[in-house]
Amino acid sequence: MAQYNSIELMICVAARLLENGSTVGVGTGAPCAAAMLAQKTHAPELFIVFEAGGLAPLLPSMPISVGDSRTFHKGLMATSMNDVLDACARGMVDYTFLGGAQIDSFGNLNSTIVGDYAKPSVRFPGSGGANDFASFCWRTMVMTQHDKRRFVEKLDFLTSPGYLTGPGAREAAGLPENAGPYKVITDIAVMGFDETTKRMRVESLHPGVTFERVQESTEFKLLKAPRITETEPPREEELRILREQVDPYRYIIGR
Amino acid sequence: MTSGTGPLFANPDPDVARAVFREKARSLTDKTMTVKEAVSRFVKDGDYLGSGGFGTNRIATAALHEILRQKKRDLAFAGHTATHDFQILAAGNMDGEKLLARVDAAYIVGLEARGLSPHARRVMQSGTLEVAEWSNYALAVRLRAAAAGVSFMPCRNMMGTDTFRYSAAKEITCPFTGKKHIALPALSPDVSVIHVHESDCYGNCRIKGITVADYELARASKRLIITAERIISNDDIRNVPHLTVIPSFCVDAVCHVPCGSYPGNMPGEYFSDEAHLREWLQAEKDETTLKAFLKKYIYDIPDFESYLQLCGGTEKMQKLRDLELKV
Repeated sequence: MAQYNSIELMICVAARLLENGSTVGVGTGAPCAAAMLAQKTHAPELFIVFEAGGLAPLLPSMPISVGDSRTFHKGLMATSMNDVLDACARGMVDYTFLGGAQIDSFGNLNSTIVGDYAKPSVRFPGSGGANDFASFCWRTMVMTQHDKRRFVEKLDFLTSPGYLTGPGAREAAGLPENAGPYKVITDIAVMGFDETTKRMRVESLHPGVTFERVQESTEFKLLKAPRITETEPPREEELRILREQVDPYRYIIGR
Repeated sequence: MTSGTGPLFANPDPDVARAVFREKARSLTDKTMTVKEAVSRFVKDGDYLGSGGFGTNRIATAALHEILRQKKRDLAFAGHTATHDFQILAAGNMDGEKLLARVDAAYIVGLEARGLSPHARRVMQSGTLEVAEWSNYALAVRLRAAAAGVSFMPCRNMMGTDTFRYSAAKEITCPFTGKKHIALPALSPDVSVIHVHESDCYGNCRIKGITVADYELARASKRLIITAERIISNDDIRNVPHLTVIPSFCVDAVCHVPCGSYPGNMPGEYFSDEAHLREWLQAEKDETTLKAFLKKYIYDIPDFESYLQLCGGTEKMQKLRDLELKV
């Protein structure tokens, strides 16, 4: 069996979730690697959008910024922030991949501050386009390391919306209907969301990981999917493309 | 929660902006000048400043350096993915001096995949700046409202979140559907700096590649400084008018600055200088090393051309050109 590290596993799992012909808004780092891997494997017609204006590029190599010239390399259009996010707002973008410093059981994300807002102990960049993607893209996917510092009972700041406070809360707040968190991919498991309660549930465990370990790495109580499967490890072919074509300098997979 | 509690730094009243735009020159006059003159004439202490491009991509580095060099004070700033541009301006906040005083924050202190700026973080964690939270789209829509001469535009982002709570947006009800929206107040910066590929001497500009929010920023801004890789003729502009992204009547100054987005990326021209960006980040580890770094690269040199020389000159730029064009 192939040897791989946890970030390679996360990228491969994330890439498989993107269907050929679908649209996805991504940021830099692991989400971009996942989209690029999907484009080079099962989803050559994956329509990637970048918030700075890149529309449907054929990524030649990994962008360092979501606005660098690779984000519209052989794209269908080099357009604007308003045009790309308008497309999200009117319902044309199926998926988004986000990260964050904290996530709660409803998939809400914090990428703004830790501590008190007026004088934060840590200032992070803020929303960027994350709030916009999470508000508008039909299905939000999150990639993050799994530990108790990140998977918290209560966020210090709710930057980007998951299911907010539970069923119906997004719609009550005024957000577009029938959109929201879909999957959370970590270094130990894949989570989805319970349809009734909109709370996070474990759907698959990475090889060698138990549910108990995932729960111990999470501050809030995790639900279980009716059938919890074992995550399929990276295939040889996926790893080869990831290492040789997607991230040859190991910017992401070498972390 | 029907109203954000964050401060509003720019007056959204379109008639206030119209009174300014009424006085703005329309005629085709030669606006070429040095960056030093442009910043001295058009950037005033206390101004609301807008910065074009996207953080490390097509940024007006020369104008930003000059704002720092001329020690402008008490500026408000719109940060829609402001990365290296924010880092440059935040360097003016040391020893009790305040270049930045108010920040509309959508994405600040980070340099995307390169990590966070230690100095920008110190500035933002000091509690000495007024801050309002927004998203990138929110700031782009606010510029669009100002460009369209209306006081707000409705949108459906930020709802239900602390990003809304700490913004200055307000909830409204759609008169047609009864659905909730947010009203995003028009943002008309006092002055903005935008780097473009080509401009004629009057300020008719071409941008190759993504325009980010610069189409709107150029129109929303009361004063506009353009830095351009190349100055082209007005005949060139008139021969292919659909390539013009910014028309000259938006523009107050045109500065010829080859390699002007360095150390950022300029689409089709040169890639970002990752080594220099890394050096800058490392210099920010503490204020002593940062001061030495700024002395060498900004304060002790007269202009951007000298900065390019210090950073490796023609040879370095050729490498970055090769990097950009080989893909």
